[in-house]
Amino acid sequence: MNKAAATSSRWTDGSMTRMVAKRYAAERRFKLFGLAAVGLSVAFLAFLLINMGARGLGGFTQSQIRLDVDFARSDLMLDPAALKGPQAEQVVSGAGLDGVLETIAVATYGEGAGDLFGGASTRALGEQLIADPTLLTRRTQLWLPLSSKADVAVKRDGERALEKMVAAADAKGAIRTRFNPGFLTNSDATDSSAVGVWGALKGSFLTIMVTMLLAFPIGVLSALYLEEFAPRNRWTDIIEVSINNLAAVPSIIFGLLGLAVFLNLMHLPRSAPLVGGLTLALMTMPVIVIAGRNAIKSVPPSIRDAALGVGASKMQVVFHHVLPLALPGVLTGTIIGMARALGETAPLLMIGMRAFIASPPQGITDPSSVLPVQIFLWSDEVDRGFVEKTSAAIIVLLLFMLVMNGLAIYLRNRFERRW
Amino acid sequence: MIETTDNKAAPPVPQATDTAEPARVERTPKMTARNVHVFYGEKEALKGVGIDIHEDRVTAFIGPSGCGKSTFLRCLNRMNDTIPSARVTGDIELDGQNINSAAMDVVQLRARVGMVFQKPNPFPKSIYENVAYGPRIHGLAAGKTEMDAIVEKSLKRAGLWEEVKERLQESGTALSGGQQQRLCIARAIAVDPEVILMDEPCSALDPIATAKIEELIHELRGRYAIAIVTHNMQQAARVSQRTAFFHLGEVIEYGKTSEIFTNPREQRTQDYITGRYG
Amino acid sequence: MATTSGHTIKAFDEDLDRLRALISQMGGLAEHAIRESMRCLIQRDVDGAQKIVENDKKLDALELETERRAIQLIALRAPMADDLRDVVAAMKISSVVERIGDYAKNIAKRVPLLENAGNIEPLSLLPEMARIATEMVHDVLTAFVERDAEAAVRVRERDRAVDDFYNSIFRTLLTFMMENPNNIGQSTHLLFIAKNIERVGDHATNIAEMVYYAATGQHLADRPRGEDMLKG
Repeated sequence: MNKAAATSSRWTDGSMTRMVAKRYAAERRFKLFGLAAVGLSVAFLAFLLINMGARGLGGFTQSQIRLDVDFARSDLMLDPAALKGPQAEQVVSGAGLDGVLETIAVATYGEGAGDLFGGASTRALGEQLIADPTLLTRRTQLWLPLSSKADVAVKRDGERALEKMVAAADAKGAIRTRFNPGFLTNSDATDSSAVGVWGALKGSFLTIMVTMLLAFPIGVLSALYLEEFAPRNRWTDIIEVSINNLAAVPSIIFGLLGLAVFLNLMHLPRSAPLVGGLTLALMTMPVIVIAGRNAIKSVPPSIRDAALGVGASKMQVVFHHVLPLALPGVLTGTIIGMARALGETAPLLMIGMRAFIASPPQGITDPSSVLPVQIFLWSDEVDRGFVEKTSAAIIVLLLFMLVMNGLAIYLRNRFERRW
Repeated sequence: MIETTDNKAAPPVPQATDTAEPARVERTPKMTARNVHVFYGEKEALKGVGIDIHEDRVTAFIGPSGCGKSTFLRCLNRMNDTIPSARVTGDIELDGQNINSAAMDVVQLRARVGMVFQKPNPFPKSIYENVAYGPRIHGLAAGKTEMDAIVEKSLKRAGLWEEVKERLQESGTALSGGQQQRLCIARAIAVDPEVILMDEPCSALDPIATAKIEELIHELRGRYAIAIVTHNMQQAARVSQRTAFFHLGEVIEYGKTSEIFTNPREQRTQDYITGRYG
Repeated sequence: MATTSGHTIKAFDEDLDRLRALISQMGGLAEHAIRESMRCLIQRDVDGAQKIVENDKKLDALELETERRAIQLIALRAPMADDLRDVVAAMKISSVVERIGDYAKNIAKRVPLLENAGNIEPLSLLPEMARIATEMVHDVLTAFVERDAEAAVRVRERDRAVDDFYNSIFRTLLTFMMENPNNIGQSTHLLFIAKNIERVGDHATNIAEMVYYAATGQHLADRPRGEDMLKG
């Protein structure tokens, strides 16, 4: 009975209760700090996304203006029959549509209305005429895309005069804003309203393919060899240190390396995804090797022992047992490396993937651009229209990375095995 | 009230017979070891060990921690080769062939001398694949039917067939501890070894699973030479016919199990098995 | 082979010591019973003899206690080698000592029947015979407690003296009976008493063999016996 009394007093007296209260308070504080840290990160991320979204969403849209035209009464000299033949596009481009457009615009909206239309408008008109030649014979209403200057004016960022004109047209209900699929299917152009990311997207895709096809096998096999087969001596220690350092080297150094070796020494085609891929492969491989070695190290020795005990050779142990179990870790390293490579700009600039490429690349030896470089180039443009296109391209890049990462994570989860 | 006296006839002292094994002619042992030394770097873990492993007999290695019994067991199938700092000298022979010579293929050796480890370590594959892997890499089955037969035979011999025959495609790691260990035994049996080495196979298992494995060892004894390392002296006494007592890297005593546990020759052996050690 | 140190688990040592103490205690009671029975015989002490008969129950109880403890020890401690031999020996010895006690009780029961006997000459031999036998019992149980195989072997030698005593008493009593048929009743009792003491001696040698086996793990060879009465 005395013992019971003694126990209760020891655990319930003042100093003990204070200790307990302090412990609870410390735990609460820690949780709050953690929450605050997470909240801060989420806030930054949200800020970025909202900012980009706000600025970039406009890039996916295009403003169009309604135009009442009567081609029969205009100066347009175009034979409807000629539009049906194979030479239709040539005929259309030689017909002087821009002049006709300007005349009609000025007639409808007054002086200076020619600025409302640009090259994109002319092209769109031409496409619509080819699609329906009967337009030439009757009075009709057409929706045509505005010029980039006017487009910017619709988004309240352009010249005053244009804005006024646009506002007037809008009051008449003649302005509408539509999703612009051209942004995703066109390539780079001088006119910001005609510009698209497809070329850069394809270039990025090809480059990443080259990178992965080179870096993944070489990285994984290197990791396997270093971890399983190589003897432990000074040389392998040096190799390990070198690889760790390589992973931390600034990416622009790899650009210089690519320039010196692939372009100047090997004379590979400049600005091609092949060279870009090679350069990025050099950069990504150390990451895969390091992640691979860690994943292989974490395969429990009991699995190896079990395989050896059944009479498997070293190669069989490595390829039948160690590699499948290490694959999730290797894929994680690959995801990290790939995400980094997707967003790299500096080394690709060094090897020349910065030129103005107006058409998407057909193969890995064609000159091309990549999405981050494209964004960089557009951000440098003077034309106001490129501002929102840059942000829109950033959104596309983020989505692209999301998709690629998602694919890699899906692959990793499929190979994940519990042991 | 008056008692009759009983006769003083003292019964004749019966001859000591080892009822666990019938009288047999001593055949040449399956594996012999003579003067085996093992060094881990500078440290000498085994100091001149010599033991015979006979077929259809279970040989137990007992001794305190760090005495070298597991090290010696691993010498028998050259698992010490996987430890870079380990150096093995001495003469170990399987059917008269030196296993450390260049002429002996270590992969083949490990198929002939199978091993079961302390912690059950099935591959993270299906039960069928676990058992089929060994025969597959050694080319022991010509086709699926033959492989199925091998898997079934091995699982039956390991006493696991009835419990898993309906779910051969399930993961081997989903079984209970005792079943996993029997799966590992089936896996070792599947490559048709001549010797089975067991390194404390029951130390991670509960008493019922342990009893099943001991019974399994008894059944396997007729077909394979078995060497078992165990911390549990009662298990060594139950399961083996020969026992070797290891101490600080040497074999102090090696003889019939029944004698070692009732009347050992060496004082150190007696101290260990009666619990006076340390 | 003497043991050099105690068990790592001290309770195991205590259990074994308690078992040995029980045997010692039983031995003490048995020796006392034999001595007392001789005294009562010589002094014609009927009451004393009655006490001996009653006290035999204590010995029986101790035997049961020893058996119980030995079984418990085997179940709980899993004794091996010399410990196992000791425990089994303790069980066997306890039943033998209980027999010895029974012989003493037997002798005590005959005391009232010999009250009216005169001083028959063989009567004077019996205490000496009993003394040797009692000493044998004492020494052999000491040898058990101390795990002394040599002492056990020496005890075995002394049985010859007891056997010789018995043979001598046997011949004397036979002659006595043939001389005077009135003595047959008394003489027969004395003969049985002598036989009982000779049996005590034999049991002591049995215990000696058990002690030797427990201590060494070897069985004693058959010892040279005294003159075999049944031969010719």
